[in-house]
Parts: sequence; structure tokens; C-alpha cells
Amino acid sequence: MNELIAILVLGPFISAALALSVRRLTILRDVITIASLFAFTVGSAFLLYFVNTDGTFVVKVGGWQPDLGIVLVADLFAAMILFIALATIFVVEVYSISQRASIWGADPYLVGPILLVLTAGVTLAILTGDLFTLFVSFELILVASYVLLTHQGRPPQIRSGMTYVVMNLFASTLFLLGLAFVYAATGTVNMALLAQRIPELQDGVRLGIGLWFLVVFGTKAAIFPLFSWLPDSYPTAPTTITAVFAGLLTKIGVYSIIRFHTITGMDDLGPIILVAAGLTMLVGVIGALAQNDVKRILSFHIISQIGYMLMGLGLFSVAGIAGAILFLFHHMPTKTVLFLVGGLIESSAGTSSLDRISGLAFRRPIIAVLFAIPALSLAGLPPFSGFVAKLSLVEAGIQSGSAPIVFVALFVSILTLLSMAKIWLEVFWGNKAGSVPNEDQVPQPGSWRNRLMISTTSFAVIGTLLIAASAGPLWDMSVRSASELTGSGFYSNEVLK
Amino acid sequence: MSFVLALTAASLTSVGVYLITSRALSRIVLGFSLLSHAVVIGLLAAGGPAGEPPLADKATPESVANPLPQALSLTAIVISFGLTLFLLSLARRQQVITGDDLVEHDLEDIRIAKTVSNARPVHE
Repeated sequence: MNELIAILVLGPFISAALALSVRRLTILRDVITIASLFAFTVGSAFLLYFVNTDGTFVVKVGGWQPDLGIVLVADLFAAMILFIALATIFVVEVYSISQRASIWGADPYLVGPILLVLTAGVTLAILTGDLFTLFVSFELILVASYVLLTHQGRPPQIRSGMTYVVMNLFASTLFLLGLAFVYAATGTVNMALLAQRIPELQDGVRLGIGLWFLVVFGTKAAIFPLFSWLPDSYPTAPTTITAVFAGLLTKIGVYSIIRFHTITGMDDLGPIILVAAGLTMLVGVIGALAQNDVKRILSFHIISQIGYMLMGLGLFSVAGIAGAILFLFHHMPTKTVLFLVGGLIESSAGTSSLDRISGLAFRRPIIAVLFAIPALSLAGLPPFSGFVAKLSLVEAGIQSGSAPIVFVALFVSILTLLSMAKIWLEVFWGNKAGSVPNEDQVPQPGSWRNRLMISTTSFAVIGTLLIAASAGPLWDMSVRSASELTGSGFYSNEVLK
Repeated sequence: MSFVLALTAASLTSVGVYLITSRALSRIVLGFSLLSHAVVIGLLAAGGPAGEPPLADKATPESVANPLPQALSLTAIVISFGLTLFLLSLARRQQVITGDDLVEHDLEDIRIAKTVSNARPVHE
């Protein structure tokens, strides 16, 4: 089992190097990228299975004890999120092949290898049991994302890339400074030891550290009021890349908030987190209503949905955190699929601006179906996965007696549905003729490229339906992860034993 | 933590933050360099007082300085060095495109701001 965890962390680096070294041999490069991502996804599925049956696995890198060396910890929460993250990246990489050489596609030489570097960062961030390694893996993810966002060098990408890079660099600097504070206060950066030592600190120091890291991770996760960089930068990237960013980057921030603030017992930050959650939901969805472009609307919805995950955490009850974990698990693939459909819309209409598209449902009914399922799931309508996730959050909110946040969550759901309906009205209904894209630049309905896009997206949509179908077992796993996280001393005992 | 270290870190931070709030990317790059120096000083200060030189027969493990914050600072320096270069290349690219290295407004934001100020519905 230790070997599997080591492979999941190191493997993406090795295959990224391999893929880069043969980057001009298109087919070989794609085979390496896709095969290795598939292998990692399968590996993480095995990891999830074993962690679910046998309990937490801990790898002491280099055989050093946890107080001296780095540890990798695969607990149930990490294994769940790792599996869904790798599966999402795999689907996007397959989809990205169809984007080659179209004007919306990314530079074919780089996307695959850099996605693998991003994968390495994501695996490391999820599995690490060390706060400084978390910082390094954040940097790894961000450097890969800077390159993916700006490597085409087009003016809008450079413009928004600058905001994105500066914002994230600033957050990283704050992260480092926070590490200095934590080290000065506790003398360690190992999370298991921090889980023991931070609760023993004076209240002022403890809450200071908690708030500091809420700001650091919150900037990465785009919570209110630290979200402004997101809707500006994400839509300018090529669709496949926006899809990866939407599904993964902010979620790693949320993952870190949940991980850090539960095991260090920051329960008294709950009210602040709940207020931030409510405002994040509201501002995100209101921003989405004002937008006029499919990708920008979807980008604002990312922010709004982050609020739901924070809401679960802010309740600081097992049910609430379990709801947040289930929501995270549902949201990563669903959001990515929506962006993949956004790419389909863009490539079949020649634009993603709502003003210039209409009547797509008459010309391409399959795209309408593929859009409708994840869109309804995002809004939280039964029987889709979003319904299950939101229901568990609302139930947890009612149990904890936090009526205002439950009200906000339900109200925002309606607004989400409204803005999905707006996309539906503008893009899929209306004048049958619609805009005629430039035939040369758009993959035609019969081409292999279009077939690949449609089939990958359909595959992913079916995947999100499977999440809804297996909601029972997933809920049980989320509850167990949540009780492991909140269980006092559980994490430290597992790692330090 | 010595007063001089604290004062240095504080002044580096304030100048760094001031530079980052400017619009020119070249100033932002300078701001980041200063800010990351401040952070490195913070990390060093977090490691406690400076100890004796770690020579085999001269110092005991208790008397030498804590090596972990130094390792952390080294990693941080390498990362910030790489990212400074990336920022500089972005600034250069922006200069090629627009003739200047200023961070510009989001066009879509301006459109929405205008829509609101004209007080008419978005879709007509």
C-alpha cells in the first residue's frame, strides 16, 4: 500500500517528464499522458477501496519519524477527494485531444505534460500530512496553472493572467508568513503534531493562526471577499483548461480549509465561516445573473458553490462536515462537466456570448441534454447528485439550529436555477437559425473531433449520475471521514502511532 | 526575536505591500521581492536565536541554531526566485502587446458597470 501512495505522488512527475521529452511525437505523447492518468485514477480507486476497508495509511518518507520528516497520510477524506480529482483530470485530458488545432484549443505541445504536473501538485496537496509540503504543492499547482492560463500569450490571457498570478503570489506569501507564525508558536509544521499543539495555545494565538489560514486558503478557494480574481481570469483560458481549474483549483483550497480547521479544532471560527459562506453564495450567484457569457456565468457559479462547502464546515458538526465533503465530491466532476459542455456550445456556435447564440437545441439536441443534466444537478434538483449534497447540508443546518444560513442556501439554489434557465433560454431556445460560425474553425458534427467531445462529455455526465445513484455509500463514507476529522485526536493518533 | 529583525521585516513588508498595490507590473515584481525577503526573515526569526557554528567537535546539538526554518527559507527563496522570473516574462509580454506593463481593467466588468449606470435591463 505504501508503494501505491508513493506511485500516486511521484508517478505524475515521471510521466510529465516522459511526455515532455517526446512532446513533438503527438500520438506517443498523448498515449503516455492518457495511459498514466488512467493508471493513476485506477490506483486512486484502489486506494479508496483499501482505505475504506483497512483504515488510514501513513507513509513516512525516507523512514523519518513524523516530528522530523515528511509524512503522507491517506485517510478516507483524502482518498475520496483524490479519486474524484484524478478521475476529473483524466476525463478532461481525453476531451482536450479534440481541442487540438481548433482556435479555442490550447497549445498541443504543452497541455498534456503540464496537466500531469498539475496532477502531481493535486495528489501531493491531498495526501500530505505536513503544512510546508502543502505550501510546496500549492506552488506546484499554481505554477502549472500560470503556465496553462498564459502560455498561448493572447492579450486577454496576459491581462487576466497578471491579476491571477499577482493575487495567488500574494496569497502564497501570506501562507509562508503563516508558516513562520505556526512554527514560532508550536515548533512544528507537521499536521498531526499541530493537531495536538494548536488547541493548547492561548486563545488569541490560536484564533490568529486559524483566521490567517482562513484568509490564505480562502484566497485560493475564492471565498467572499477574496474571489475577485476568479471570474476575471478563468473564462479567458481555453475551455479544457478552464474545466480543470473549475473542478480542481478552488476545491483544493476548500479541501485544505476543511482539513486544517477541523483537525486543529477551530470550532469557534464557525460563525465567521458561516457569514463568509452565506456572502460567498449570494455574491457568486448575483454576479452570475449579471453576466452575459456562458463561461463567465459558470465561473461565478464556482464561487457561489464554494459557499455551500464552507457552510458545511462552518456548522462544525459531523453532519455538516460530511455534507461539505459530499458536496465537494459531487461538485468537482459536475462543475467540470458543465465547462466541457460550455466548450461544446462554444465550438458548435462559434462563440460563448449569450447574445449571439440561439436555437442550439434544434440543431444539436444532444448538447442540450448534456447541459441540462449537470445544470439541474448544480441547482440541486432531484434526482441528481446536487440534490443529495444540498439536502444533507440543509439537514445539517437545521439540526444545528442555524436557520439563516439554511434560508440563504435555499434562496441561492433558486437563483442558481434562474441563471441556468437564462443560459437555457438564450442558448438552446429562441431563433432556430442562430448564428452561423465560421465553418473552417468549428469541428463539424460528423468529425472525429466532435464525436470525441460529445462522447467524453456524455461519459462524464453518466459519471455524475452514478454519484447520485451511489449516494448512500458515499454519504456513509462522508460521515466516517467527517467523524475521523472531528474526532478529537483521531488524526494525530493515526499518524503518530 | 530581536528588535532589529522585527523592524527589518516590518519595513520590508510595508514597502513591499505599497509597491504591490501599484499598477505597473515592474513595481509589483519589486514589491514581491521585498515581501519575500520579509517572509524569509520571519521564518528565520521563528527558528529562535542564532546558535554556534555547527562544527563537529565544537558545538553540541543543543547549542546550534534550528536548521528547519533555514531549510524552509531556502525552499521559499527558490520558489520566489522562479516566480519573479515568470512575472517578469509576463510583464515583458504585456509590454510587447500594449506598449506598457500596466495591469488593466476587466473589460466585462466595465460593460456591466455601464449597464447598471445606464439603468436599463441587460437584455432587450
